[in-house]
Amino acid sequence: MPEGKLCNRKPINTEEYLQEVLSDTGGKQYYAEMEELDVDVPKLQAALKNTLKSRTKTWLDMCAHCGLCADACFLYEVNGKDPRQVPAYKIQSTLGEIVKRNGEVDNEFMRHCMDVAWSQCTCCNRCGHYCPHGIDMGVMFSYLRGLLFSQGFVPWELKIGSGMHRVYKAQMNVTTEDWVETCEWMADEYSDDWPGLEIPVDKVGADIMYTCNAREPKHYPEDIAEAAILFHLAGENWTVPSEGWEQTSLTMFAGDWEGCTMQVNNVYAAIERLKPKRVFGTECGHAHRASAIEGPYWAGRPDGQPPAPFRHYVEWVAEALREGKIKIDPAKRIKRPVTLQDSCNYVRNWGLGSITREIISYLVEPGYFIDMAPNREHNYCCGGGGGFNGVGKYRPQRNVALRKKRDQILATGAELVIAPCHNCWDAIRDLEEEYHIGIEWSFLKPLLIEMAIVPDHLKPRDE
Amino acid sequence: MYELLTGPMLWLAFTVSVVGLALRIVMYIRGLDWKLDRVAYRPHMGAGLKGAFRSILAFIVPFANRSWRTKPGFTIMFFAFHIGLLGVPLFLEGHAVILKERFGIGWPAMSMAAADLLTIVTLVAAGFMCLRRLVLPEVRIVTDIRDWAVMIISIAPFVTGYVAVHQYGDYGFWLNAHIITGLIWIAALPFTKLFHVVGFFLSRAQLGMDFGIKRGGMNYEGFHW
Repeated sequence: MPEGKLCNRKPINTEEYLQEVLSDTGGKQYYAEMEELDVDVPKLQAALKNTLKSRTKTWLDMCAHCGLCADACFLYEVNGKDPRQVPAYKIQSTLGEIVKRNGEVDNEFMRHCMDVAWSQCTCCNRCGHYCPHGIDMGVMFSYLRGLLFSQGFVPWELKIGSGMHRVYKAQMNVTTEDWVETCEWMADEYSDDWPGLEIPVDKVGADIMYTCNAREPKHYPEDIAEAAILFHLAGENWTVPSEGWEQTSLTMFAGDWEGCTMQVNNVYAAIERLKPKRVFGTECGHAHRASAIEGPYWAGRPDGQPPAPFRHYVEWVAEALREGKIKIDPAKRIKRPVTLQDSCNYVRNWGLGSITREIISYLVEPGYFIDMAPNREHNYCCGGGGGFNGVGKYRPQRNVALRKKRDQILATGAELVIAPCHNCWDAIRDLEEEYHIGIEWSFLKPLLIEMAIVPDHLKPRDE
Repeated sequence: MYELLTGPMLWLAFTVSVVGLALRIVMYIRGLDWKLDRVAYRPHMGAGLKGAFRSILAFIVPFANRSWRTKPGFTIMFFAFHIGLLGVPLFLEGHAVILKERFGIGWPAMSMAAADLLTIVTLVAAGFMCLRRLVLPEVRIVTDIRDWAVMIISIAPFVTGYVAVHQYGDYGFWLNAHIITGLIWIAALPFTKLFHVVGFFLSRAQLGMDFGIKRGGMNYEGFHW
């Protein structure tokens, strides 16, 4: 059978097709069809010819097989140092093999590649820092995911995720209307406690345009309210766009490059329409990577820059604290053991290690912050990155992957983990559910609101 | 035979090597693609070169990065091997004499004793590296025939040279064997994993540019390798 009804080489571009795939609970039929899916060899060969250039070719060819990447990989370590989890082996035995055979591979091999690409690598890029030749296997796995996606060999949830972005311009079915209504509702809901609280939509020329993660309007709208309260406290001139507010990219996890381009263009169109001085995204690592780091390239911008400076939320927080726009009540500073989770996507890939620790210096009483080991650029992935959290088929592997972070947190003795990244936050929540180590976890926003000094003129008047 | 080897064959090996490596460097750089690699090389050349330089420096200096520091034993072995591998052929007295006689180039040379010691250090380090390939599961699984070939090509001139110098066998035979294996090493540079003599710099520079330009280098201090 060449292609299935649900599992095929066509991306999801219509609501109808999206609903069909969604209604296949757990992807049962989808994965059954995948076992029959033919490999389009000429298409694969053409993709290799057009996209496998100097860098990747050299990386594959020049690997000295020294094994230094092994200990760099948290998945190798948590899986009992299984040599099949050595990054060099993982990539050479999948992408390397496809290249060696010039795309002459069969269905079974492609399914094996899918398992490796989505359950044995979170694209955290840590191995790239330990390789003497500078071979970044995370980047190569991302490339492999692209090849697999174009052939239809992609986990069910990520096929859906890519479809969501294509159909709704968001990773979840949140429409423009839903979004704007949520903003109005939140501003209204919190205005008793915060007189004058607004969530300005489509204000042209603001200092800040704020973008977020579709899960916030869908599942935790209070996160949007918290962002609004903090901007309100800091006296920022800010806005959210009615279109282009969603900055996440399951398309990136899926290897759907065309979808990535569509997704990021939507955000950039909002920047061009509203002309803000700067853009700040929410506490999300991959969304930052998709819209600020890789995004400009998907959008075909030759200078590699978004239309306006695009920063991560922690950069705004650090600035607001540094400049005294938000003042922390010293009496409310955290006085219990606390640690910080560095998100791969902005620590390794955007250099924010010092910025987050600057925030910590304001929020935590000296002596109570314990860094994980290793940390900053060398920190380990939470275990749920790269889409790993979202794929049911690989849940058992993901639960094993959480052990690295579990052990890192346990070694700090912290009671609270600050995790300014959605995927990390989820992974830490899941590891608590799975392993019951007795920790709490939090984004920055609720902590800041709890600790900030509220100026009198912003306080509610007693009736 | 000696005349043939040190005359036309020497020129041939060097020509093949230099031309081959130059072509590969040109091909590598021409094959970089800002859109596919997702690195805006040209518009941010300054930041890119800074990142490239930092990235190369971090790995060419022993213990200058976390990867070297986490594996001190390997690092010492690895640097001993490479220092000997490049140092002995470059500064051997016998080689300097040839340079002087043929081309009139004055070249610094190390003492015979130093060359002997460095040769032994190189061979011992090579032995350890081979042992790693056999013993450590994480290295064994990625090792293939090409890795062994590269190792044999690299140490053959040392073994033959050592035997020739110390006259353990027929001097003429071992000297020719030394020259032949040396020429094989030189000619193999562009065609085998030995390409890393230049590839190391290219690949490290590319990743350094990636970090210098795209992954935070233009906003914050450079990456702490």
